[in-house]
Amino acid sequence: MTDFSSLSLHEAVNGLRAKKFSAVELAEATVAAAEAAQGPLNCFTVIDGERALDMARASDARLARGEGGALEGVPVAIKDLFAVKGVETTASSNILKGFKPEYESTVTQNLWDAGAVFFAKTAMDEFAMGSSNETAATGPVVNPWRATGSDAKLTPGGSSGGSAAALAAGISYGATGTDTGGSIRQPAAFAGLVGVKPTYGRCSRWGVVAFASSLDHPGPFGKTVKDAALLTQVMSGHDPKDSTSYQGEVPDFAAAADRPVKGLRIGIPKEYRVDGMLGEIETLWREGAKWLEAQGAEIVDISLPMTKYALPAYYIIAPAEASSNLARYDGLRFGARVEGGDLTETYEKTRAAGFGREVQRRILIGTYVLSAGYYDAYYLKALKVRRRIYEDFTSAFEKVDAILTPATPSAAFEIGSKAKADPIEMYLNDIFTVTANIAGIPAMSVPAGLDKSGLPLGLQVIAPALDEETMFAVAGALERAAGFTARPEKWW
Amino acid sequence: MPVTPDDVRRIAKLARIAEPADRIAALTAELNGILKWVEQLDEVDVAGAEPMTTPVLSALPLREDAVTDGGVRDAILTNAPKAEEGFFVVPKSVE
Repeated sequence: MTDFSSLSLHEAVNGLRAKKFSAVELAEATVAAAEAAQGPLNCFTVIDGERALDMARASDARLARGEGGALEGVPVAIKDLFAVKGVETTASSNILKGFKPEYESTVTQNLWDAGAVFFAKTAMDEFAMGSSNETAATGPVVNPWRATGSDAKLTPGGSSGGSAAALAAGISYGATGTDTGGSIRQPAAFAGLVGVKPTYGRCSRWGVVAFASSLDHPGPFGKTVKDAALLTQVMSGHDPKDSTSYQGEVPDFAAAADRPVKGLRIGIPKEYRVDGMLGEIETLWREGAKWLEAQGAEIVDISLPMTKYALPAYYIIAPAEASSNLARYDGLRFGARVEGGDLTETYEKTRAAGFGREVQRRILIGTYVLSAGYYDAYYLKALKVRRRIYEDFTSAFEKVDAILTPATPSAAFEIGSKAKADPIEMYLNDIFTVTANIAGIPAMSVPAGLDKSGLPLGLQVIAPALDEETMFAVAGALERAAGFTARPEKWW
Repeated sequence: MPVTPDDVRRIAKLARIAEPADRIAALTAELNGILKWVEQLDEVDVAGAEPMTTPVLSALPLREDAVTDGGVRDAILTNAPKAEEGFFVVPKSVE
């Protein structure tokens, strides 16, 4: 019998095409694994065995006729930020409890059109605001990875932590996430997975619950670079329903993962060497550069002087956009309502009860920086700094084809360990990832090694806008050299 | 200190969130911590920088001014906290 949990996406696709197993068998095993893991890992908000079997049966019928799409019959987990028609979609927030969209997000529709099978929604930080999955209304998600000799519960990162935990636990073959400041790449690094944030506009935002519209990027998690590249390819494409959707063709990303890196110039930005970063991460970063050099790439020292300003600019722009986007949760047309004496009191009570503390904090910051008298000093200033960060990358990409950095300043940390800390300490998790959201350029994390406690560490590849192919080529080269095959030991 | 407890109450009112009285002091401290941290942006020379609202370089696309959607009243009302006879039911807002 096949060990379904160890299959990659490509192995699952090929196994189905070769009739080694059926889509129904694969779906049944996936749903059973999801149900068994939900208690200890708490990574799902919905598990829908019935829909999974219906879709799997339809896939088997297509496969029997020799038809089927690129992902025919393969289960893919969906972050609870994507609208799936008729399935509760809450953004892990109490304010959307019970909300069942009457429409399908474009990204998930693209997945189903390619034959993927829906089986579950994954938990996340509320409205994607967090880096540890501790702000989810359904409680923290637990990382399947544990430090050697310890049973302390670690975070899978966030905000797409449920997707990362499910895939790392071998429950799915791919998963969707969204990345506004690092919410795909940081959990991917914490869970030993590949996480991709494509160029802004590659993946439609239509039907994805909005957090900060100019920074929100849907993207996938995969077990391998090639899996993640194929998922990116399927999820991408022009969508007239998103005015910021890119109109050009989608290249063959999966093929790009095999491209040689010989002759490519890889930039190493000195500003990513930050205080307090683990020595092991710095070592791994150097090693990553050597791996690429050994395959014929040229390593170039570069400078991105605006790096340190990306996170503070983000914590003005993202809350500003969030305060505007989240104004729609008023308790009148959908979601939860708490009745007050009049309309205003109904709004205030509904939003106080429905939003968690981190979401409230960000709405308040956003409201403040957009308010009369402060708009120029904070919001407009941050938008100008954003331009400077963008220009940093533009000049860097005149000298290099891609940039290599660490993905995160640390490995996965214990759940609750930052609960008493200043919110800024949690925000610093995104220090290496947020720059690419500010600039809208593609970036991905690749698992590259284990730290001394046996926890995964990731490297990040950043590429110019719309050049995901170079990004996947570099990531593929890192993957081949790292030979990262570690998986968490099953305890759940 | 950039914001006072009164500012926080005003912001919460603008944001339509009923913050309980015993949260105001903590929120004031948290907001000040964040606002003090973002003040480092003042070090950046932004003279002549065009504010960047989006990473999209192309102009927004235009389409025919035509009806492309609609006629889905019942679908829209499905998720309403309260609905009657094809309408949303909301608390009284005009005396």
